[in-house]
Amino acid sequence: MKELLIKNGSIFDPITGINGDIADICIKEGKIVDKVSSHAHIIDASKKIVMAGGVDIHTHISGPKVNTGRLMRPEDKLFRGTYLGNNVRQGKWMEMGSSVPSTWKTGYSYARMGYTFANEAAMPPLFAAHVHEEFKFTPIIDQTAMPVFGNNWFCFEYLKNKEIENNAAYVAWLLQSTYGFGIKCVNPGGTEAWAWGKNCVDIHDTVPFFDITPAEIITGLIETNEYLGLPHSLHLHGNNFGNPGNYEHTIKTLDLASGYRARNSFGREQVLHNTHLQFFAYKGDSWGTIASGAREVMNYVNTHQNITVDLGAVTLDETTTMTADGPFEHHLHLLNHRKWANSDVEMETGTGVVPYQYNKDTAVNGVQWAIGLEIALFAKDLMRVHITTDHPNAGPFTRYPRIIMWLMSQKARDTTLESMKQSERVVRASHIASLDRELNLYEIAMMTRAGPAKALGLSGLYGSLHKGVYGNVAIYDLDPESLPADPNQIETAFSRAVYTIKEGVIVVKDGTITAEPDRHTIWTNVSMPENKQVMRDISEKFSTGYTVNLENYKICNEHVHNPRAIEVREIKPN
Amino acid sequence: MPKIIENVGCPYCGCACDDVRVTISDDGKKILDVENACAIGYEIFKRTSYEDRIILPRLRQPDGSMKNISYEEAINWTAHHLIQAKKPLMYGFGSTNSEAHAAAARVMDLAGGMLDNCATICHGPSFLAIFDNGYPSCTLGEVKNRADVIVYWGSNPIHAHPRHMSRYSTFPAGFFTGRGHYERTVIVIDPRHTDTANTADFHLKVKQGHDYELFNAFRMCIQGHEKDLPDEVAGIKGQTIYVIAEIMKKARFGTVFFGMGLTHTDGRNHNVDIAISLIRDLNTYAKWAIMAMRGHYNIAGSGVVWSWMFGFPYCLDLTKHQYAHMNPGETSSIDMAVRDEVDMFINIGTDAAAHFPIDAVKHLKKHPWVTIDPHITMATEISDLHIPTCICGVDVGGIVYRMDNVPIQFRKVIEPPEGIMDDETLLLKIAERMEELKKEGEER
Repeated sequence: MKELLIKNGSIFDPITGINGDIADICIKEGKIVDKVSSHAHIIDASKKIVMAGGVDIHTHISGPKVNTGRLMRPEDKLFRGTYLGNNVRQGKWMEMGSSVPSTWKTGYSYARMGYTFANEAAMPPLFAAHVHEEFKFTPIIDQTAMPVFGNNWFCFEYLKNKEIENNAAYVAWLLQSTYGFGIKCVNPGGTEAWAWGKNCVDIHDTVPFFDITPAEIITGLIETNEYLGLPHSLHLHGNNFGNPGNYEHTIKTLDLASGYRARNSFGREQVLHNTHLQFFAYKGDSWGTIASGAREVMNYVNTHQNITVDLGAVTLDETTTMTADGPFEHHLHLLNHRKWANSDVEMETGTGVVPYQYNKDTAVNGVQWAIGLEIALFAKDLMRVHITTDHPNAGPFTRYPRIIMWLMSQKARDTTLESMKQSERVVRASHIASLDRELNLYEIAMMTRAGPAKALGLSGLYGSLHKGVYGNVAIYDLDPESLPADPNQIETAFSRAVYTIKEGVIVVKDGTITAEPDRHTIWTNVSMPENKQVMRDISEKFSTGYTVNLENYKICNEHVHNPRAIEVREIKPN
Repeated sequence: MPKIIENVGCPYCGCACDDVRVTISDDGKKILDVENACAIGYEIFKRTSYEDRIILPRLRQPDGSMKNISYEEAINWTAHHLIQAKKPLMYGFGSTNSEAHAAAARVMDLAGGMLDNCATICHGPSFLAIFDNGYPSCTLGEVKNRADVIVYWGSNPIHAHPRHMSRYSTFPAGFFTGRGHYERTVIVIDPRHTDTANTADFHLKVKQGHDYELFNAFRMCIQGHEKDLPDEVAGIKGQTIYVIAEIMKKARFGTVFFGMGLTHTDGRNHNVDIAISLIRDLNTYAKWAIMAMRGHYNIAGSGVVWSWMFGFPYCLDLTKHQYAHMNPGETSSIDMAVRDEVDMFINIGTDAAAHFPIDAVKHLKKHPWVTIDPHITMATEISDLHIPTCICGVDVGGIVYRMDNVPIQFRKVIEPPEGIMDDETLLLKIAERMEELKKEGEER
């Protein structure tokens, strides 16, 4: 395979602590190496920044609810703003859609931004075959998918009875059956309650008929995760999502993790990843009085090392919200009266989809925008705070470069703030106007590759430039010695990578797709002794509750695209 | 020794039952017995072992007869005509696997043509309603485990989806519905006294073509305006409407299953639109879902696959090369055919000759017509080229999407007759050949 030598770039690699040093990066046979031969293809990166390929820790790009969003929104195909690429065909396939792009456009768009890895954050296990089919048709990027467990009837029963070992055996079986990566939990208990038209808005509410509380589900899943020693931690979208005044409940939820320590061999330190924190950091008691609770929530996160979070930053766009938090989507459609899709999934979960417009001239949306950025600006350790938009919920992932711009430039924030019709209300209800912090490139590298890779337990393979990781590299046209005075140029630079390199292959040059090498499905294979009781429970439930037979539920190898297993060996209990 | 294969998926209707037991002969070539399937599913499996199965492509000769040709010749013929055509149409897809749906997208993207599926003559109006109003639905297991009120509106599962009622909706005992149909209230709304209506607790014989009014009346009741109801709406007494509305409102979990009776009567997409609005209203009081009774076992699949590829489920116009376009009426198969806009037709996984209006068929017949189908159908008999393929779910596996969009992995049960290709392989070979021809400079 071809060798590659990237010369004289300014390297930003927080995993190894390299902060802007001029150095060379060598790639051979798809991996980063110490040196290459004189035949290597040379890329001159002088006066440019070099980072590992971006890693998205939380995005919704493949699977049934994403596809429902695509299907029910033909109008989404009409938005062709330049920020969305504007290019209809660069690669082998045409690129369609904006807030819910086609699989092709998804892969191409990530690559153009210098990203090479994305974690599909919610896979309904029953629909795993669909998720993996979409992986097959998503170009360039490697992907993981996280099965949802927070409303799973098996977990309810095991966790109610405090049977962590059995729950762990079930989780290990399900990860194998669906080629899943880790434990995702969305509105624990609440989505099950939604199957009866109800919800669990507090961690101490009781799930109808199951006699368990969200708090017990969350702690049970943390214990299960650490029992197994999975690469990633519990990945939580908690209860009381998106409601004014929820920040105190969020802190209460985060506090469930206190006392737990990470147990794994992947370098992960957190036991809980609270995703899209923006939606959980609201003060006030109504939409009229909504205000930022970012300071309080981040005070908690800053002082608790066993927690990581991602932003879920609002980008002020027209988008398509979609989540396994079924009751929330129902609630949202009652607010905006737009079309509403819902799909409750037997024994496992549910989902909802509603289009939404984040309008910069609406005070609520302005405050949400401020909160998303404040979470990053209040953060002490940016390795534990990652850039996401909860794509497409708070905005499309194609807006990451703009979020980077806002975080790096107070001027850019002020310009946006001043353009808001309700800017005074936004200023009163948030801290954004008083924050003069401007993040540097090293911190951006933490938030977009090093931090997410570490939190996923994958920093030995992705998100870094040290010897032995996959040769995924992004080169951006910014000179760290003289950053542009116009913040828009920062956005442009991160929108159009000069080079994106995927395992040694140049996939993007000057913001244009140049190659579409094969990509992989990363999944977690846990070796566990056979658990007869759990296997009996599984076959019993499949003969009664499910409408798909057990043998057809497990994904056949032939339906998984280039699987790359992360092996988890049993760790001896403490 | 005959061998028994369990957990086989059935390639008939949108139920996509995956519990069929098939007994095959020792050599793995013949199906001896089929259990658990409905009468129609049984026939589909049994028919594959017929001695007279077509195993070679057949090309129509100048004298009107059909002559066997090789697959290579058939692929070349098709690729050549696709390149020559200005606006070729590939239509069908209800009865093939999702791998073939994706391969077809590749072919028609290369050809710069039109791509459409059976929804265009079936649940297309449902898609239009979904575009406008969403789709509050669920998987069939939710109905089985929770539903205490079932409404079949303009659908007749006993005939169209024979195991639907026993496996998913009316009869099965689920987790919260341990006494099966004793715990369920079944309401059938249909102008005809169907066999499904015979099983119902309530049969509302709606006046044909007046479904929209009846939905409106239900919405009035749900929203608290029952006192303003006229004495009769759409042929149903106001008091009856009120009684049914109260049952709906007090349901623990209700589901509306609707079929062609809504999408192909007066009102069409508007009927489905207001049905969805009714479900939205009901969810303020109770839990309700709605589901389209999709016809073929994998008609949902092509909508799913093309949505992730192009963002549209049917009526795709890929002629613009740079972007896809969808506008039913303009880009729908029947409309294009009736206007004689299509200059080549490929029919796959359904029988257009049997289902399309005769005017549409006459126009299509003027141009090259290829039918890709395992069986002899009306379409194969009038086409210029018939390419036989494997039968999905019998001699080739693959992923299919059930009517609730749940993916089911279908498996291969018996070996296909020697030399016969499956749809995906055939389509990819056509795509390959087109690329070669394009490289060689053959353009229209």
